[in-house]
Amino acid sequence: MQISEAIQYDSDSYDVIVVGAGHAGCEAALAAARMGNKTLLVTISLEMVAFMPCNPSLGGPAKGVVVREIDALGGEMGHNIDKTYIQMRMLNTSKGPAVRALRAQADKHAYHRQMKWTLEKQANLTLRQATVDDLIVEDGVCHGVITNTGARYRAKTVVLTVGTAARGKIIIGELQYESGPNNSKSATKLSECLERLGFDLERFKTGTPPRINGNTINYDETEEQPGDETPHHFSFDTPDSKYLSVSDQISCWLTYTNPHTHDIIRQNLDRAPMFSGVIKGVGPRYCPSIEDKIVRFADKDRHQLFLEPEGRDTDEYYVDGLSTSMPEEIQQRMLHSVKGLEKASLMRPGYAIEYDVVSPYQLRPTLETKRIKNLYTAGQTNGTSGYEEAAGQGLIAGINAGLRALGKKPFVLQRSEAYIGVMIDDLVTKGTKEPYRLLTSRAEYRLLLRHDNADFRLMGKGHEIGLVSDERYQKMLAKKAAVKAEVARLESLRLKPGSPADDFIQQHGDHPLKDAVTAATLLKRPYFDYQTLLKFIPAPEKPLDRQVAEQVEITLKYEGYIKKEEVRVNRLKRMEAKKIPEDIDYSAIEGLATEGRQKLDKIRPETLAQASRISGVNPADLAILSVYIQQGKIAKRSDRK
Amino acid sequence: MNSEDDTITAISTPVGEGGISIIRVSGDEAIPIVKKLFVGKDLAKVASHTINYGHIVDPKTHEEVDEVMVSVMRAPKTYTREDVCEINCHGGLLATNRILQLTIAAGARMAEPGEFTKRAFLNGRLDLSQAEAVMDLIRAKTDKSMKVALGQLDGDLSRLIRKLRQEILNVLAQVEVNIDYPEYDGAETMTSKMMHDHAVTIQKKIEKLLATAREGKILRDGLATAIIGRPNVGKSSLLNSLLHEDKAIVTNVAGTTRDVIEEYVNVKGVPLKLIDTAGIRHTEDKVEKIGVERSKKAIEQADLILLLIDSSQKLTDEDRELIKQTSASPRIIIYNKADLPAQVDVKELQSLVGDSRIIKTSMTEHQGVDQLSQAIAKLFFNEGVESSQNTVMVTNARHIGLLRQADSALDDVLKGLADGMPVDLVQIDMRRAWDLLGQITGDSYQDELLDQLFSQFCLGK
Repeated sequence: MQISEAIQYDSDSYDVIVVGAGHAGCEAALAAARMGNKTLLVTISLEMVAFMPCNPSLGGPAKGVVVREIDALGGEMGHNIDKTYIQMRMLNTSKGPAVRALRAQADKHAYHRQMKWTLEKQANLTLRQATVDDLIVEDGVCHGVITNTGARYRAKTVVLTVGTAARGKIIIGELQYESGPNNSKSATKLSECLERLGFDLERFKTGTPPRINGNTINYDETEEQPGDETPHHFSFDTPDSKYLSVSDQISCWLTYTNPHTHDIIRQNLDRAPMFSGVIKGVGPRYCPSIEDKIVRFADKDRHQLFLEPEGRDTDEYYVDGLSTSMPEEIQQRMLHSVKGLEKASLMRPGYAIEYDVVSPYQLRPTLETKRIKNLYTAGQTNGTSGYEEAAGQGLIAGINAGLRALGKKPFVLQRSEAYIGVMIDDLVTKGTKEPYRLLTSRAEYRLLLRHDNADFRLMGKGHEIGLVSDERYQKMLAKKAAVKAEVARLESLRLKPGSPADDFIQQHGDHPLKDAVTAATLLKRPYFDYQTLLKFIPAPEKPLDRQVAEQVEITLKYEGYIKKEEVRVNRLKRMEAKKIPEDIDYSAIEGLATEGRQKLDKIRPETLAQASRISGVNPADLAILSVYIQQGKIAKRSDRK
Repeated sequence: MNSEDDTITAISTPVGEGGISIIRVSGDEAIPIVKKLFVGKDLAKVASHTINYGHIVDPKTHEEVDEVMVSVMRAPKTYTREDVCEINCHGGLLATNRILQLTIAAGARMAEPGEFTKRAFLNGRLDLSQAEAVMDLIRAKTDKSMKVALGQLDGDLSRLIRKLRQEILNVLAQVEVNIDYPEYDGAETMTSKMMHDHAVTIQKKIEKLLATAREGKILRDGLATAIIGRPNVGKSSLLNSLLHEDKAIVTNVAGTTRDVIEEYVNVKGVPLKLIDTAGIRHTEDKVEKIGVERSKKAIEQADLILLLIDSSQKLTDEDRELIKQTSASPRIIIYNKADLPAQVDVKELQSLVGDSRIIKTSMTEHQGVDQLSQAIAKLFFNEGVESSQNTVMVTNARHIGLLRQADSALDDVLKGLADGMPVDLVQIDMRRAWDLLGQITGDSYQDELLDQLFSQFCLGK
């Protein structure tokens, strides 16, 4: 016990308590409260609610799909960014539908304020500033939290989303100090509590670049990157009419480092904490610091820098690509060596931050810890990086904490259902050696996990959980029906040889039609899209929504590939259905290889499919395991007789 | 990943024994897979538990492989309680293996030892008392077979496969970096044209490797060879002559059948497995014993037939019958006793044997044996085996099956590109090729891709 007994007092009881109000915590608390649980959200600082201490940006490849998934399940991130973005861009438009990605630049202060306000207005939800120092744990079950002010809050379930505050340490050159993100308070005692409870903690590192004053940028020397004209939003509910015109959006600017910048860094590597041994935490490969880039890719003579505005009512700019923990003096010299930034005025130096992570093999796919019942963790605490990854986990942890409090069955997304499912399965099955970021290549079924079909994939589930209203659900079903009807119509409409469509085909150098073909078949040809097709066939009774037309086009154009993926998914589903008994004793199964046995016992997979993804578990182990399970089932059946 | 839901295939009769071999295919896809290879009745429509006559045809080359009977048994009343197809074929080693490979190329996976029995158990067909036996079976065989399978991989082959995989990986990483880091300027954009060129190059290498498959198979298992002819045509002399010609007899293996002795002889680098040499020795002197029945069996098992004709006598009905019986097999006609005055109607003989090569020999004068050896080598290796001894060969049916699947995945890549599909979709098939090759070398981890991504490109957005 760390808090003096004398000041402790019994405060209120809740169904669900969420510790930390970053992107994970906000989703967790909102989900639990919206499901009807009396919920407490505790944060070290109310000024840090849904704060973006790194990029003022959301979405992009894989991450953008997660935002859509959160929205479809009834989470808040999509709504919040749609209300506070200052630029919207669809990336990968020249590529296939599976990899198109929406990204927004956020007004980071508006984003924070909007989320805080949403929390304040939410029924069943109490938002309170306090530091959680200890957990109330009895017989391996978590019953609540104790704050630094001595308040004992009891709850049915607790979700920890501590983020980089967990024993956080900021490093700038030779300077080191205890701190959470952006000089907020760090949380030390909670880490100690987790260690006492027997959790295996690891040390990770991440970092951010310096911020500069936009009035001191010479924009003439940089390249403008404006937003899109075509409307796109993250949330299913935001109408196109709300879209900001390009002139109301704020541009980003592109510039580059140069050999001179690299020389400055090289000459001062002895002062770089990354290389001097000061930083011990493991950093992410996909988001390296500039000093790391220059050492590892010595032959590159320039690196891109994106200057990103941090909001509407500020001139502070984020220098994306220049993440660093070099001393402040060197940071200034680096900045001034860059074209357009010769006179840039530094507002905040970049820094590296080290923090504690709960090694995620200690978690179930519901994000409940295996060690302590009714305790859940989410976000950076589980070893991920990124606001979207955090929010996705927060939502799942919040849903499951809420379901447990309500006495209902848990909720798990499969790899074939959502990027969120891919991420959580990766974390709990394979663990992670560096801050984990979602990439499209991590998803083996990415053609099925598109941002444009997140509503079809997940809104039904959100509705079942109680996070999606009947009205919203019906709207989705109506959209689905409209897609189905138009697909059926195109499959029945036939175009004959000699028709204008045939002329169009020949203009594109294709062979003339021999027999009549359906409109659906024509849509598969590369030079046809839905709008082109409409020139040759009767228009539908009423014009289709943009989103419906898009679905029709994707469904038909990529049908062959989609079917192929669905076959693979069905096979996976059958293996996911093969559950491993929770109390299985791996030491009692003869014939397992030693490595396989150890890994199985450490991860304790819930299904045979999950077991098959553990590295070190070989096919022979799986075969023996499946026979062993079947044996147990038969034995049970004959017991009952 | 080996899954319990895969459709599996294996030769379920002892190899090299008996006149008939059975290839058993079990799983959801069993009937569709065999259907792809079968010319005859539509197997999808035939009644369950029927046996159907037809031919196995290579769907890629349209070449007929064997005349077969296919049993179709639908779940649940089957050994595994899954859909099962059994292909009964003529049993020659080459034909049986070829059919096995075709089932793998069509989508089945090579069964692990004991896997049919394991499935029977998992699907509730065997009872608990049998479970232990199943476990023992898996324990004893799976680890061993995995080791054997990986051990079989000779260094050159695995180096070659790893190189191929690395080539594919470079393509994959470039596509992925374009997708995940669309604004990153350090990676060239992978265009359809580039993807096409890479796919073609890689496919050529795979096909070159596959072309060695048949040779490799022969080198490993020997070419089942039958010496056929009516009594007193000189079979025994030919046998002795071949054995004499090459002192390096590989081995004498006692077969399981009482009197079958297999003798191996190396002819210009082609290991011949001579069938029923004992039979030849026993019957040759006894004029009354007719070899036809015995020959029939030997013909069924053989991959190569050496048919002897006594040129010093007129063709008999027996000769004509043997010529007819062997017409479907690779064969060489040996025009023996060429030292004696010819009595055979050469024109008739030529019209009867068609395209088959005729070699004139005299066993007593020791003539023509060298030409015969060359003809054998030429028949099986286009340029003789010596010239290809330094190249990497694929000999394992599982490896061949996987290579063929990888080959067809690359076909899909090219087809997708031709249909104007975007590179990131075509990537699905490219990645499948990579995974399949990885199953040969035993490394198929997604982490490799991420490692490649982050070591090749300096990513930071």
